[in-house]
Amino acid sequence: MTRYFIRRLLYAVPILIGVNLITFTLFFVVNTPDDMARMHLGQKYLTEEAIADWKKAHGYHLPLLYAPTEKGSARFSQTIFAQHSLQLFRLDFGRADDGRDISQDIRQRMGPSLAIALPSLLVGLLTNITIALMVAFFRGTYIDYWSVFAAVVLMSISGLFYIIGGQWLFSKLLHLTPISGFDGGLNAFKFLLVPVLVGVISGLGSGVRWYRTLFLEEIGRDYVRTARAKGISEARVMFRHVLRNAMIPILTGVVVVIPVLFMGSLLTESFFAIPGLGSYTIDAINSQDFAIVRAMVFLGSLLYILGLILTDLSYTLVDPRVRLR
Amino acid sequence: MPRNQHTTTTRPGTGKFLLLALLLIGALWGCETPNNPYPAKLDDRNIRFTSFSERPKHLDPASAYVANEMDIIAQIYEPPLQYHYLKRPYQLTTLTAEAVPQPVALDQNLNPLPASTPVENIAYSRYRITIKPGIRFQPHPAFARDETGAYRYHQLTAQTLEEIRNLDDFGASDSRELTAADYVHQIKRLAHPGIHSPLYGFMREFIVGLGDLGDTLRASPETPTLGELPGMTLSGVKIIDRYTYEITIHGSYPQFVYWLAMPFFAPVPVEADMFYSQPGLKEKNITLDWHPIGTGPYLLAVNDPNRRMLLKRNPEFRSEPYPDQGEPGDRASGLLEDAGKPMPFVDEVLFTLEKESIPIWNKFLQGYYDISGISSDSFDQVIDFGPAGDITLSQEIRDKGIRLQSTIAPSTVYIGFNMLDPVVGGDNQRARLLRHAIGIVIDQEESIAIFRNGRGIVMQGPLPPGLFGYRDGEAGLNPYLYDWVDGKPRRKSVEEAGHLMSEAGYPEGIDPATGEPLLLYFDTSASGPQAKAYLDWLRKQLRKIGVQLVIRSTDFNRFQDKVRKGKAQMFQWGWNADYPDPENFLFLFYGPNSRALHGGENTNNYQNPEFDALFEQMRNMPNGLQRQALIDQMVGYLQRDLPWASGFHPKDLVLYHGWNYNTKTHSMANNTVKYQRIDPELRLTQRRAWNQPKWWPVVLILGALLASIIPAFLAYRRRQSSPAL
Amino acid sequence: MVILVSDLLVWLLALTGVGGIYLVRQRPHLQAPWRQVLSRPTAMSALCIIFCFVTIGLLDSIHLKASPGEKTSSLEALSLLDLALTPLRSRDERTYSKPLAIYSFSKETVERGDQSQRLYPRLVTAGTHLSHDNRHLPDLLTRGSLGALGGLLISLPLYWLARKKSAAATPEEQLTQPAWTALAVTVGSLITLTCLIATLATEYHPLGTDKVGQDVLYQSLKSVRTGLMIGSLTTLVTLPFALILGVTAGFVGGRTDDLIQYIYTTISSIPGVLLIAATVLTLQVYLERAGGEGMGLAQRADLRLLFLCLVLGITGWIGLCRMLRGESLKLRELEYVQVATAFGVSRMAIIRRHILPNLLHIVLISVVLDFSMLVLAEAVLSYVGVGVDPSMYSWGNMINGARLELAREPVVWWSLLAAFLFMFSLVLSVNLFADAVRDAFDPRLRGT
Repeated sequence: MTRYFIRRLLYAVPILIGVNLITFTLFFVVNTPDDMARMHLGQKYLTEEAIADWKKAHGYHLPLLYAPTEKGSARFSQTIFAQHSLQLFRLDFGRADDGRDISQDIRQRMGPSLAIALPSLLVGLLTNITIALMVAFFRGTYIDYWSVFAAVVLMSISGLFYIIGGQWLFSKLLHLTPISGFDGGLNAFKFLLVPVLVGVISGLGSGVRWYRTLFLEEIGRDYVRTARAKGISEARVMFRHVLRNAMIPILTGVVVVIPVLFMGSLLTESFFAIPGLGSYTIDAINSQDFAIVRAMVFLGSLLYILGLILTDLSYTLVDPRVRLR
Repeated sequence: MPRNQHTTTTRPGTGKFLLLALLLIGALWGCETPNNPYPAKLDDRNIRFTSFSERPKHLDPASAYVANEMDIIAQIYEPPLQYHYLKRPYQLTTLTAEAVPQPVALDQNLNPLPASTPVENIAYSRYRITIKPGIRFQPHPAFARDETGAYRYHQLTAQTLEEIRNLDDFGASDSRELTAADYVHQIKRLAHPGIHSPLYGFMREFIVGLGDLGDTLRASPETPTLGELPGMTLSGVKIIDRYTYEITIHGSYPQFVYWLAMPFFAPVPVEADMFYSQPGLKEKNITLDWHPIGTGPYLLAVNDPNRRMLLKRNPEFRSEPYPDQGEPGDRASGLLEDAGKPMPFVDEVLFTLEKESIPIWNKFLQGYYDISGISSDSFDQVIDFGPAGDITLSQEIRDKGIRLQSTIAPSTVYIGFNMLDPVVGGDNQRARLLRHAIGIVIDQEESIAIFRNGRGIVMQGPLPPGLFGYRDGEAGLNPYLYDWVDGKPRRKSVEEAGHLMSEAGYPEGIDPATGEPLLLYFDTSASGPQAKAYLDWLRKQLRKIGVQLVIRSTDFNRFQDKVRKGKAQMFQWGWNADYPDPENFLFLFYGPNSRALHGGENTNNYQNPEFDALFEQMRNMPNGLQRQALIDQMVGYLQRDLPWASGFHPKDLVLYHGWNYNTKTHSMANNTVKYQRIDPELRLTQRRAWNQPKWWPVVLILGALLASIIPAFLAYRRRQSSPAL
Repeated sequence: MVILVSDLLVWLLALTGVGGIYLVRQRPHLQAPWRQVLSRPTAMSALCIIFCFVTIGLLDSIHLKASPGEKTSSLEALSLLDLALTPLRSRDERTYSKPLAIYSFSKETVERGDQSQRLYPRLVTAGTHLSHDNRHLPDLLTRGSLGALGGLLISLPLYWLARKKSAAATPEEQLTQPAWTALAVTVGSLITLTCLIATLATEYHPLGTDKVGQDVLYQSLKSVRTGLMIGSLTTLVTLPFALILGVTAGFVGGRTDDLIQYIYTTISSIPGVLLIAATVLTLQVYLERAGGEGMGLAQRADLRLLFLCLVLGITGWIGLCRMLRGESLKLRELEYVQVATAFGVSRMAIIRRHILPNLLHIVLISVVLDFSMLVLAEAVLSYVGVGVDPSMYSWGNMINGARLELAREPVVWWSLLAAFLFMFSLVLSVNLFADAVRDAFDPRLRGT
């Protein structure tokens, strides 16, 4: 099994190189180093000399991929690609174009992101499963029908409406929570209440529908019939057998998203002014700080791949029959 | 079957979780104002609450230039001069300097010339600045010395560095007296390639030797560090004694003295550069860009640009008295009540990161921010117009004790033409008529009414009111676009614009070359819903004379690029005064400043030799009748040639809660926090009154949820008892 | 006639749809699941509403050149829909007004003689026929009831026809025959609603006006095309990628499979919004460089929309591709495919004859499911700033603008509500329809 994981990890390397190349081309086609310099230096009294200085200070004066004037390996190492993209593999995210250390910002902002994403995931999971179980329990009845319909209705509302509505209702109308912002420690609770609630509700529709399908699939299996035939009560069948067996797909579905939670949510964070990684990314896009965007893309891919590997691992844990080679 | 009842939700772990949740909700309930975004311990402190929307990129006074950076560093750094807080028109006064320096005219050999020398003969001007003794820097580890008198933290070892995470981890700190050398050091820093000072390119034309210093620094294979700058020469700037220094500039530039009120000319101790340039500190974000060292009333105590910034009173700050003079009316409005009392009044200033304008506004109304601007969208709630069109606050807002102050900003926002463009530009009658027609049909009055809710006045010439040279009433009217009727300007009619179009050879807006409506292009980098509405409106305006306006929207860089290369046709741009002198606006039309031809600030690429000649004359004149006459003539050219089709001068409306005192909007100065005073007790009472939580809907929703569970439970029981399928 | 690229594509797509229906009607084995879909009342109603949206979109995709005197609003070319909506389109106010109002929403300074007053000005184009302003409410009521009544009169016979038809069917037929009653009810309601709105819209702004005084109903209707385009054209981009790569990977296997898997893992590991944002920005720069100079506004907006679809397609093919790969892997092992291979039938032929037909239901299901997701995504992308051209009508742009309006006091809620209602009805219909399609075509889920 160890060998399997080593292989999977090695397999991640070409993927990350690919990600790196894609982002590199995308960002440097959009924004030449000159553009970046102008963006950061402002527009008043700008001279060519200032642009050259800025590029030199940030290492953007080098050629993009190949430096014909250099000798030997320096031809490749003295390039923007080598200096700005390959360092990511050492998890050295470098400095943002405004001079701040990106790794430190990421460490600082991970907390708030998780503080929303994790409760949203857990509470959401709990609510979704509970409701889905109930719906599956009443399968075929009008409760089932209308619940599925309600789920579709919930799914058809844009996430933006949930956010706008939640903020408006709780903060502006009822004065129950601060409109936006964030604080550390226990104080965070009042800031997180609405974002988490919005997160849970906006995921409710698709979640319930998905888990209901899972449960129904499980209910249709032979062992459930056998259990029923033995005279075990319906509720016991649901919780003992159906839920337990459905846990495998549920768990693996959840594990894959856990690492990506670190990235935070773009919309929620910027609406509620939560200083997480999601709003960090949006800010970076808006202020065209591509050093940060590159770092975030890389981090996102890394976490995604980590999620895939964790999923494999969780398969073996819940179901011993699965062997990884 | 009682044992069937257990579900996933009632495991022992979740029980604890529920308990915790209940506790938290209880804690929330316990607060008097659960929507308070700040910790309760700040409630009664003498602290000012404000926000910042974007993290400042630079807090180094040599590179900071943007408003949000200025808001912070102007409270920390002290240039030699400042603007008088109360007097209008804006007037310079001393800050750390003993007196506002007067330039001494010099000849080629640096010998003084008599005061009556004509401007053309002045080769250099010299400013001598003497600062007040006894001013001290804020405490900082860079000044700390050990027992031997050597700097304690200037030779950091890798070992010490390991224990350092932020600036507070340096145990010792010290202060020292401000000297003239600190000012000189900062001027040298402007030229350093590692600083990217936005002013360097501009100032190297003026300060003698600044360009040479910059070239030397760039030419050397190993760029000297900032700490090595004191050893390098800057020929135009000399230290005379401990408290006196001199700046020599090329020619005569009377407006130079205004720059001395900006942080670019604030003092930076060389110890700061020596300290911060040590390897390893930059990786921990310990740089001068994030941790300023100033002499001002405040120091930056917490710098978390991802969340908040906190300014605290500088313990080393000398006592600066509140001004005892103002303009008439200031005494009546209570602005002189604190005259002579030592500043600053507020102990702390908390800047909170706030990205969206809606929360800022709502939090202001709830009392969680002390001051707010008014955006166009919150306008109706706030403003009532009096019978004479004067602005007053609506009853609802006045009941809250909120006060309003409005000023016209010394800036102009305009729709400009690229004068190099073959269709709309150029010095020929045809294009000029076309420009006039466009200038007439862009109904700026309506634009201000719709998009700014009246917060602005229509531009007649480039100069905003409040600056010397601005003409009010009929004298300032642009006769090509307006008629003076019944003591009021009236925009010429669309029919007249149509006639101009026919005269220009575009009857009904049809371009004879194509036989189709004339296509004009408007370049913009604006995007988003607000921009869409505005662009729709703009297109509607030009359609009045049959012209099709094509919007070329693009990203900011591409837009800049087009303007820089002179490829744009029409675009919107704005200019904020750097200093209150008409020169700062009229130089935007000076030929040698052309953006496309010379990379200057003349983005319209306006070329007019007669204008240029007048400009060179006007620039060096003292304000007076003669200067006014020249300015009138220049503005006349601009009204005739119309490089700016249409524009407005924004009106800034600022709202203050009742607990703010000594507030007077100042469009030039940023270091205004020190003058202002707040009443924290009043604030606390008001906040409590305005933010009574409403719990009943929550109870209602919970009740409804519970009620809906009952039928489900009944159905469950029924199902349980029925035989399994 | 002015032909925009996107118009062409839309009509091409529509024709393909018609062709598809014709093909299905030819083959009984394909007809059966569709019959099942149509027998569901919800699916029938949903289909009917979708049909309405598509009609609006198609009408909006035939552009005529505007005569020079015509007061065009956003595009230089006018579509048939624009012409049909002329009363709404051409009646601009100065700024906000509430739905059905005759006074402006915000006060303005009005000069009366020699003194200026601050009051709510009368709207210029709404309720101009009223003899006196106090006739406003009675007029609304008469118009409303007349419109509703007219609509009901038209739709009642429909309902009666449908009842008759379904009553005549035998119990067995009733299970498989289309849900006529649901169809009649939906069509009837739609007709009534249209009549109601039409009678009001000739003299009022049924959903109010926006900041620059444009009619909100008109904007919402114009946004239909944008929403549909994003949903459908993106699919058009997705399908070839997903089909070719998915089937190749699954069927050919080996190195090819590895390569294709590598490509899609790489792309899918990049956070979606970031990838889309970066690609959209890149394409915009490209547009700028490739001589976007002389282009008219409509063409620019159109190209930008196409680019957006292209980008969404390029980043969105992975899910389907993965599914198709898995399915073709399974199909490859089936006996008859193995036999065909053994007999030396060419790979292409096997794919065409055995693999593709068996994949169609997966493609179909994922297409309808993705459609609603894409319509929702448009709004989010507009928020991030990489959505459709800001000058284009779209629900995303409307929602984005409405955020600021919510902060006003009193609140301007109608733009948001209009965007919400339209988007919601489209997405809900598509979702309900997709559910029915999935149940009918995916035998695995049948009966659950």
